[in-house]
Amino acid sequence: MRVVVDFDLCESNAVCMGIAPEIFEVRDDDFLYVLDENPPESMRAKLEEAVQRCPKQAIAIAED
Amino acid sequence: MTSTAVVIGASLAGMHAARTLRHEGHDGDIVVIDPDHFASYDRPPLSKQFLAEDLEPERILLPSAREDLGLDLRLGTRATALDLADRSVSLQHADGTLGLVSYDSLVIATGASARHLPGTAGVRGVHVVRTVADSLALRADLAAQPRRVVVIGAGFIGGEVAATCRGRGLEVTLVEAMPVPLERALGAEMGAVCAQVHRDHGVDVRLATGVDGLETTPDDDGTPLVTAVNLSDGTSVPADVVVVGIGVQVNTGWLEGSGLALDDGILCDETLLAAPGVVAAGDIARYHSRRFDRSLRVEHWEHAIAGGEAAARRLLAEQRGDAPEVFDPVPWFWSDQYDRKIQLAGRPEATDVARVVHGSTEEFRFVTMYGRAGRLVGVLGMNRPRHVIQLRGMVEEGASFDEACARAEAM
Repeated sequence: MRVVVDFDLCESNAVCMGIAPEIFEVRDDDFLYVLDENPPESMRAKLEEAVQRCPKQAIAIAED
Repeated sequence: MTSTAVVIGASLAGMHAARTLRHEGHDGDIVVIDPDHFASYDRPPLSKQFLAEDLEPERILLPSAREDLGLDLRLGTRATALDLADRSVSLQHADGTLGLVSYDSLVIATGASARHLPGTAGVRGVHVVRTVADSLALRADLAAQPRRVVVIGAGFIGGEVAATCRGRGLEVTLVEAMPVPLERALGAEMGAVCAQVHRDHGVDVRLATGVDGLETTPDDDGTPLVTAVNLSDGTSVPADVVVVGIGVQVNTGWLEGSGLALDDGILCDETLLAAPGVVAAGDIARYHSRRFDRSLRVEHWEHAIAGGEAAARRLLAEQRGDAPEVFDPVPWFWSDQYDRKIQLAGRPEATDVARVVHGSTEEFRFVTMYGRAGRLVGVLGMNRPRHVIQLRGMVEEGASFDEACARAEAM
């Protein structure tokens, strides 16, 4: 499972960081950084919640 | 167990309820009813990107509308009455024909409608922003190169529309009845900061000013067309387009006499249950929050998702005989205006202590903490998303105000 962020859509609301800080980090430059592009399967539920809660629909999960 | 779930309202809360029912074990029919003819869409862009750019409505569909959930989606259909004893909802279809749908479990998510300014029905050039149709109509008027836009109401929708109009290069007057905008949501001091953001972007901000009425002229086919807004201070502001953002009223009219308890929303218990087999979610649900010791009805985007999910789980718990979960998340929302991102976690009130703990209001980049009886009850950020999301956890914990401020200052 791979985390895909559309950075053209992302507006750094940081909701994903609140849900899964192990994967997402919004830094003081107000940009989102993906800390772990290939998170372990145990993170799937949190990642799916981040996908659903992103106000910009900027996060997707790729299976490859 | 095969049973029929009916969801009234195909917007954010209703769709998340339907999605959760399907994902978490409901294998019977799920009927979703909504009077809007467009499929389920996301509302936040309606006052921002959708208004600023020529996006197709398909671009703002909700993800759940693209997902195959096996829903029986009936758009253009309005719920007109609820019969709790018969477990049925009366319907009116777009062509005027009547119908009835029976349910085993019911989710009510009919949300709210934009308040209109009295006496403006049928006046061309006057808009509200709540639906795709509203936003398309306003967008068409803005694209016709109006000279002046007057926005009535400096709440979040009014503020976003004002910012979008300035982004389109239009002259904007922002009229607010209260002495400070957003005072109820953010307190007087922070509301004043938000007003200053608009002034700095060239908006003519008129506070403590009511609207006495509109001036109109008949257009080519005799329809009244707005030309000016008459204000309570005796002045008149020329206007080609007027946008009214004075709040919403809940869509509970169809539930009058149903037996559900109504009081500015549907009165639910702490688990969003309104009656046996009936739950409510989204803007329409009023519930007691233990966290804030208040009766709450929250109109935020994320709360609609959380409420829809919780309401669906409440029904599933009822069917399975499981213990229900209390619904009491910390409200959170954002508002994008110009290059500023305003975010609020919690539920501050105008009488709370407000302390700026990071950055400064002069540079419009700051964090403000709200305290009540020694507890942290809210975090406001302007262009500080990381801080708000990290400090939201301290609101969840009901942290001590001083400790939370100390931690925020060290961030």
